[in-house]
Amino acid sequence: MSALAVTERPLAEGLLARSDPLATLTAAFSLGVLVALSGDAVTPAVALGLELAALVVGGVPLGLLARRGWPLAASAAGVGLTALLLAAVDPVASAITAVVRVLAVALPGVVVLLTVDPTELADSLVVRARVSPRTAYGTLAALRLLPLLATEWRMLGLARRARGIDAGRNPVAALRVFTGQVLALLVAAVRRGTRLATAMEARGFDPAAPRTVARPRAVSRTDLAVALAGPALAALAVAVSAATGSLHWVWS
Amino acid sequence: MPTRKATSKHPTDVRAGEGHHRPPWRVVDTVVLATLGVAFGVVFWAWNLLWTATGPAFTAFPPAQAFMYGVWLLPGVLGMLVVRQPGAAVLTMLVASLVSALLGSAWGLQVVWYGVLEGLAPEIVFALFAYRRFGAAVATLAGAAAGLTAGLLDWFYYYRDWASGWVFSYVGVVVLSAAAVAGLGAVALVRALAATGVLDAFPAGRRRTLV
Amino acid sequence: MPGARLELRGFGWRHPGRRAWAVRGVDLVVEPGERLLLLGPSGAGKSTLLAALGGLLDPQGGGEAEGVLLVDGADSRTVRQRSGLVLQDPDTGIVMARAGDDVAFGLENRAVPAPLIWPRVQEALDAVGFGYGLRHRTDALSGGEQQRLVVAGVLAAAPSLVLLDEPTANLDPDGATLVRAALATVQQRTAATTVLVEHRVRESLPLVDRVVVLASGAGVVADGAPQDVFARHGDALAAQGVWVPGPPPLPPRPASGSAAAAEHLISAHRVARSYAGGVPALPATSLHVRARRAVVVTGPNGSGKSTLARLLGGLDRPTRGVVRADRGLAGDDAGVPPHRWRAARLASRIGSVFQDPEHQFLTGRVIDELALGPRRAGREPSEVARTVEEMLARLGLTGLAEANPFTLSGGQKRRLSVATVLAAAPRVLVLDEPTFGQDRRTWAEVVTLLADHRDSGGAVVAVSHDPDLVTTLADDHLPLPAVPR
Repeated sequence: MSALAVTERPLAEGLLARSDPLATLTAAFSLGVLVALSGDAVTPAVALGLELAALVVGGVPLGLLARRGWPLAASAAGVGLTALLLAAVDPVASAITAVVRVLAVALPGVVVLLTVDPTELADSLVVRARVSPRTAYGTLAALRLLPLLATEWRMLGLARRARGIDAGRNPVAALRVFTGQVLALLVAAVRRGTRLATAMEARGFDPAAPRTVARPRAVSRTDLAVALAGPALAALAVAVSAATGSLHWVWS
Repeated sequence: MPTRKATSKHPTDVRAGEGHHRPPWRVVDTVVLATLGVAFGVVFWAWNLLWTATGPAFTAFPPAQAFMYGVWLLPGVLGMLVVRQPGAAVLTMLVASLVSALLGSAWGLQVVWYGVLEGLAPEIVFALFAYRRFGAAVATLAGAAAGLTAGLLDWFYYYRDWASGWVFSYVGVVVLSAAAVAGLGAVALVRALAATGVLDAFPAGRRRTLV
Repeated sequence: MPGARLELRGFGWRHPGRRAWAVRGVDLVVEPGERLLLLGPSGAGKSTLLAALGGLLDPQGGGEAEGVLLVDGADSRTVRQRSGLVLQDPDTGIVMARAGDDVAFGLENRAVPAPLIWPRVQEALDAVGFGYGLRHRTDALSGGEQQRLVVAGVLAAAPSLVLLDEPTANLDPDGATLVRAALATVQQRTAATTVLVEHRVRESLPLVDRVVVLASGAGVVADGAPQDVFARHGDALAAQGVWVPGPPPLPPRPASGSAAAAEHLISAHRVARSYAGGVPALPATSLHVRARRAVVVTGPNGSGKSTLARLLGGLDRPTRGVVRADRGLAGDDAGVPPHRWRAARLASRIGSVFQDPEHQFLTGRVIDELALGPRRAGREPSEVARTVEEMLARLGLTGLAEANPFTLSGGQKRRLSVATVLAAAPRVLVLDEPTFGQDRRTWAEVVTLLADHRDSGGAVVAVSHDPDLVTTLADDHLPLPAVPR
């Protein structure tokens, strides 16, 4: 279940993994949004190229990207196929635009998942973004329960079989069994969440009281460079698209 | 702990958000909502496995797909019904989508931007009722709002070149499914959860008959 | 920091949604540095009292308090940071992803400046003998190691009051030893007052010098030095379910027939299972399940006991070897391995009882829960009703027929989960840790249910850490070796 140990991050090393998570997040978000707002094919195509280059510079191994990113490629292909079938005008161009766009918008987000450590992100959200420690660390602690709840789900499935319940190939019965299992998982989640909250309060966690951060870090030049790289790359892609005369926005 | 009477002796008071003084967020509110979000992340992941395992039985069964779109939008409405605090829908939906992203959703972090917006929609509906109404009608409306947002986002992002007839029917199906599954489904789930006693420390559990 | 002084006068607390008081009428004074063992039957409010001392009961959540509870003369909620609490479940006791961060969490919450945090973290980890680095992942630790990490967190915060709510109840014997050693270290290094809630009295005696007994709704009913309290109240406590020092609750109940004559029901031939990626979960193991026999499988954590239970229960497929049911159990299905049987058939032949009873509850009422098995096996409604009545009476749950199974007490849930499986009338019963974390009374009731099932012609396979279960019930004992990793 190591794939479920989501707090075991970052998966990559290098510049992006070392920089402040909030900087990486800012870069990914601005890049993704700006590309999503462009309506032509050139902007996302250029952005995609720049993103791949940035990854190499940022120290994300392409092998890791291929392993983690192939579902994105598959899904993008699916989106392209539906565009091909359902587009009102010029299906081929629509399909190509759709695929490039989907890839260029989603790729930065995939990279964030490879380079950000959740604990550092929580620290950064509290210190720099003034997010309440209750929200940041409460959520972080709950994320730790993911592998446990996944095991719980499996146990619930086995226990249903043990009690004589299975759906076979009947989809309606499967939905009913599924719903019952969801309820049982939610009961387990509330129980565990309540116990975890008690444990946190027992350690003196009090949203109203002052607290310190054990892992302070100063803003470095790298952090600033990473944060600014997002909008800069997006602007470059837009500029190239404008220079070739193909730029238009989604609202125009 | 000197003698202190609980603020609410009458369960019906709770529904009105205890007059004008809403109690502040507690640690347990945040952690339980986030854990519910994690649980939903697991549910989505399991659904994908089920989908692949049963294959044809499900892909040839479109209601299952529409149902699942509703389930995807469930966490926001459910979270709000459980703790009845401003921001509850966004937080629960954010965590559920974050877990989906971490478990390897094809869309990476983009699922999270989606999740935030899809949590914001029911949040706005509950806010319009000043966070005082948490019944089936408002929940259905909140579910429908989540569905509308999801449908429009899909159209904007993936299906911009679709013929308009397709777009209308697509968005319509998502809204209906969301109203039924995310709205009424959340009401039913919260009721069933409350009956198990695990929600006793939350507003949603306080209307249970004393045992 | 000196130990805290505790003073309770007529203290009581009622949980939201409950009519009865969880704890009421408690008058108690604990002097600084005293080490208290808090005893009482299930439902006497021991955990509630501990939470109250830790300042963790929140009247805003809808509960209700009465009387006075003071820690060093102050409301316990305002001095919460002076106490450290260790709860039962290690999974939800850990907050952070890395060991060092987890210990540091308590210091951050006490606003200790960052440069001072890390030396204290390291010191606490060294003191409890935590051998991994600061960046070691907490979810890679065993339950005992996790719980020891929680104890390190308590130690680092230099508390004046240490509250322990069954800190070893969810651990295997090795893990429990680890944690008790860490707790002894805390007592040596601090002058903190200790309040321990624990069912397993014998093992915890070195950690305490005073015993207080609570009764449901009646406050303190006994108070004194351990030997005095046990001399005067030992039998009464045992009857209430407390594990006072002494022999197992029941005399040994061996099977009547001989092993050689017993009818074979299931055989596992060199079954093994690996996790995805080839990590072994269970090395090749053989086992014969026979009618009128009870076999207890023991072994350290990670030896594959639970995996073996799932293979015998027809819930998982072995990666190597075969599980075969004999004709006497499976009729025409005898050639088909149990993991491929339809669920309804499986449940009427092999009943699996999970470690966590809640995993098995499918309905909203106790009565429906008991009726489900026989109904799915296709019994007549009148027969179903008869089975349900009989089970309710046998378990002493008649008054709770309409209750939601999830609202029952731990002991009631355990009995119900065994009963729901028995209601489907399987001949083979496979149980994972059936006595784990149970009080003495529930222990005796569950073991009696199992022995009765065996003596009426069934077979029992129990996977367990519990030496008392081996002594009392096992006709055959299969110890599994640790899996080399």
